[in-house]
Amino acid sequence: MRHVFTQHFGILRRVWQRMFASKLAGFFNILVIGIAISLPSGMYALLQNAQSLAAQFSGTPQISLFLSLDTKAEEVDRVRKRLAQHPDIARVEFVARTKALEKLKQNTSLDDVVDSLNQNPLPDAFIVYPKQGEAESLDALRNDLAKLEKVEHAQLDSDWAHKLNALLKFGRFAVAILASLLSLALITITFNTIRLQILTRHDEIEVAKLIGATNSFIRRPFLYFGALQGLLGGIAAWFIVTAELLLLNRPLGSLSELYASQFVLHTLPIGDSLSLLLLSTYLGWLGAWLSVAQHLSKIEPR
Amino acid sequence: MKNHLHIDEAQHGYGVTRKMISFNQVHKRYPSGYEALKNVSFDIAEGEMVFLTGHSGAGKSTLLKLIAAIERPNSGSVLVNNQNVGALKSGALPYLRRNLGIVFQDHKLLFDRNVFDNVLLPLQICGFDHRESSKRVRAALDKVNLLKREKANPIALSGGEQQRLCIARAIVNRPSILLADEPTGNLDAEYAQEIMAIFKSFHQVGVTLLISTHDESILQDSGVRILTLRHGELQHNPSSNTSASSGQQA
Repeated sequence: MRHVFTQHFGILRRVWQRMFASKLAGFFNILVIGIAISLPSGMYALLQNAQSLAAQFSGTPQISLFLSLDTKAEEVDRVRKRLAQHPDIARVEFVARTKALEKLKQNTSLDDVVDSLNQNPLPDAFIVYPKQGEAESLDALRNDLAKLEKVEHAQLDSDWAHKLNALLKFGRFAVAILASLLSLALITITFNTIRLQILTRHDEIEVAKLIGATNSFIRRPFLYFGALQGLLGGIAAWFIVTAELLLLNRPLGSLSELYASQFVLHTLPIGDSLSLLLLSTYLGWLGAWLSVAQHLSKIEPR
Repeated sequence: MKNHLHIDEAQHGYGVTRKMISFNQVHKRYPSGYEALKNVSFDIAEGEMVFLTGHSGAGKSTLLKLIAAIERPNSGSVLVNNQNVGALKSGALPYLRRNLGIVFQDHKLLFDRNVFDNVLLPLQICGFDHRESSKRVRAALDKVNLLKREKANPIALSGGEQQRLCIARAIVNRPSILLADEPTGNLDAEYAQEIMAIFKSFHQVGVTLLISTHDESILQDSGVRILTLRHGELQHNPSSNTSASSGQQA
């Protein structure tokens, strides 16, 4: 067992030596892979942050019900009763039209304009606090309430959160496309690196086959090379993304101060970091495997 | 002649001699239409040493390639150690070849590593551990008198040294059969004798040897059985001195 381990470790050591036989070339290869992977993973990290921001702000959704202007007091009471009986509603707040007008006067400098009006343009309104916060149930509730008698308009305050969610969905889709394209690029880079290696080590492969090397023995160092290069590229990508986010935090700090909030970008969590490394390792291995499958069988001793 | 007595005794000691290599009506035609071997049949017994000779293009290299399954026969059978080599699946080839030591005409040495690592390669392939393989590599290099050059790059070696290095690599995992294709090809007589002496020492320890050569001085030198190919056909060779005639062709 220990013997097998040292054998594989020996292969890995030789693969490492070969990768950095030319230090600069090896480094740049890994950097290219790192940059390629860092693009989608950086965007992913930003999206994750935007999502947590959206969740923060859409914490307490409300539905505003505006009644029609000609609603009489007893009709208001009827609506109030219906709302109180509704199983999905936690709490209801009534804003009378006279109160609303007063508030408008206090809060804005429009009192001149308001005074000049010969009748109150504001309707009676209910502010409804639903029990559940999911977008779908909120939508259903809003539609339900809009059908009530005398309710002219029902407005869901989390509308903007919906828009943000749709935007995030769009962003995630864009990241997915970018990630697939750059994964393909990573596979291609490895494929070509390994192809060149196979060409330059043609003699060694031929001799090895002649003296009894199995195909898996010949394949192994190339696969290790691809996987190792992918892993190192993934590590490079992780550092690039982390540095990006930390750098962005400074200008973002002064920006969020202007909005009187404290918002910092979080770096990739451990789970996502591990997935990133696993995926890049796997893609490197896959590129190498494809290359080996394609080119190694062509080398048969004559 | 003392060697021969020794081997004869050894063979009789085992009772029935085992066939190590056996060709039975073997035809080999290349895709170009060139007929390299025609109806070739012969046996080589375990522990026997045989020379293979003939003009260039007579089919010597093809014959050796058939034994190592580098080429496959169009018809007839090639048995090595009772295995039908021509019918082996490609997955089984590595294990056949591990039992063969091959000394290539063009050496096929690797110039990206030193002498030691060239000899190490077969042991790495077979998965020997580090300490055991170092021991074996040094023993093999010692046998061909190259121990002092273990750190050198093979490109710095003379022709004779390269040939000896190739032999060391062929015998390092102690194969039971050694095939050599023109091992003394470009060497002067002194080096050639040296290499033949190495081969004879393997013969003494029971290795089966098939050596292709057209070096007259070597062919005359010993009483070893000679297989002669002419235009792909095996000649009945009355001059072959065969003390070990038990494995002679049918």
